[in-house]
Amino acid sequence: MKRLPGQNPARGLTRSLTRSLTLTTGCLLAGAVGLLALVSLFWLPYASDDTSGGRLAAPGDGHLLGTDKLGRDLLTQLMTGSRIAVQAGLGSVLIAATVGVTLGVLAAFAQGWLDDTLSVLLDILIAFPTLLLAMLIVAARSATLESAVLAIGLAQSAVVGRLVRVLVKRVLAQDFITASRTSGTSWPRIVAGHILPNIWPTLVVNLALQFGLAVLAEAGLSYLGLGAPPPNASWGRMLQEAQATFTTAPAGALAPGILLVLLVIGVNLIADGLRDTLDPAARRRRA
Amino acid sequence: MTILDIRDLTIRTAGGRVLVDGLSLSLAPGQRLGLIGESGSGKSLTSLAVLGLLPEGMAASGSVELAGTQVVGASERRLAKVRGRDAAIVFQEPLTALDPLMRAGRQIAEPLRRRGLSGTELRRAVLAALERVLLPEPERIARAFPHEMSGGQRQRVALAMALACEPKLLIADEPTTALDVTVQAELLDLLDALVREREMAVLFVSHDLAVVAKVADRVLVLKDGRAVEEGDVRDIVTAPREPYTRALVASARQLESALDRRSGR
Repeated sequence: MKRLPGQNPARGLTRSLTRSLTLTTGCLLAGAVGLLALVSLFWLPYASDDTSGGRLAAPGDGHLLGTDKLGRDLLTQLMTGSRIAVQAGLGSVLIAATVGVTLGVLAAFAQGWLDDTLSVLLDILIAFPTLLLAMLIVAARSATLESAVLAIGLAQSAVVGRLVRVLVKRVLAQDFITASRTSGTSWPRIVAGHILPNIWPTLVVNLALQFGLAVLAEAGLSYLGLGAPPPNASWGRMLQEAQATFTTAPAGALAPGILLVLLVIGVNLIADGLRDTLDPAARRRRA
Repeated sequence: MTILDIRDLTIRTAGGRVLVDGLSLSLAPGQRLGLIGESGSGKSLTSLAVLGLLPEGMAASGSVELAGTQVVGASERRLAKVRGRDAAIVFQEPLTALDPLMRAGRQIAEPLRRRGLSGTELRRAVLAALERVLLPEPERIARAFPHEMSGGQRQRVALAMALACEPKLLIADEPTTALDVTVQAELLDLLDALVREREMAVLFVSHDLAVVAKVADRVLVLKDGRAVEEGDVRDIVTAPREPYTRALVASARQLESALDRRSGR
């Protein structure tokens, strides 16, 4: 590829370095939590219902981070919590992407009353508090991780759907869509071949941000007891349980709090890095 | 026999504003008609209406018969058969007429694939299409993204895409307006040669009388959605009857004479 005149090679280098720095830092932070989650699938220091450690034991001496008020190992709970956090993020984003993209594309293509109906539906879903939605779903089913993920995913699919609708409308207005229709290309082919690739960069950045929000939302819901039931430790419930003993044993609240922050910052940095790498305008400038 | 027969075409917005008012024109195979008028005169809308591609919220009435198919009020399915096969469009802005995220080769393959080509046959047809519009290094262009090409190259790719369908009618909607003057002349010559070779009918939309005079045999002058005057290019240029046409010709001549004056004559 030839370099455009007037482009400073040194500036391009710094830019690609900072870009990769953002991405790399993000991947390291989120990856560390991801690794904890992965390990927890195969190995845990103690069983999650093992209360043999004695109440509120100090860090060290068989329990790296100490124990909680019921005598459970804190590291074990943290690891289980990271698994649940990653699951919550992935699950919610998967629901949000599937439902959101489908609704958004439909809304963008719909005309007249259907367009209005879908838009109003999305607006209502966005205005609807996630907490209330979660309570309704928990009431209908039971307090499980799945219920929480379903609530968060549905709430987010409205946000994703509205974004997708606007993005698709913008692509639809372009001449190359008309040109493609002129060539007799069918709508499904146009959606798969032209529209989705063109909205992909913006969409993927948004989904990365939604992942971070979903992790936070899950922590919030399990803090309120609307998430994964015991003995599965979620960071939100760990925070809630450590609240009463915070002054005497702060590790129980600090540890999940710090991991939560690390994961969300990591995912947001990834989103930032992706935005710079995937943005077609930025790519054009680099070409 | 006619390729395109437009009778009393009227295009309205959803709010009832009339954008094209009772336009009639017809084109025989191999004939080249220039549609000329200032921006907002309805010329681009007319060319979109020929393929049933009017933007959302606009409605056409009257009759548009394209190679024997009534386009006004036709179903999408019926239109899909007509599009590309009977008529294809080259747009004004080559940067938006090509998908920025798709390699040129794949975009040209789109209409070809519809004709049942695949594999090496398709590849060969794509390269042939690029060679036909006189693009150097067709292999490289086929792999290039639109932003890696020059404006002239992009417009050639767009032209190759339109011609790949082997349409009976080529609609060129200000195809050279976004290009600089030297590239403009080259592209017009190319278009002229390709169309002559295939005996294709052309509907050439432009605001530039000089450009239309180069390509078209006949001219239809549009103003505010209404046909003002129609006739042979030579007649229109030498003896315009309507005041609006006279003004158009006069301003084109004024530009040209400025060039003459500056060259020291």
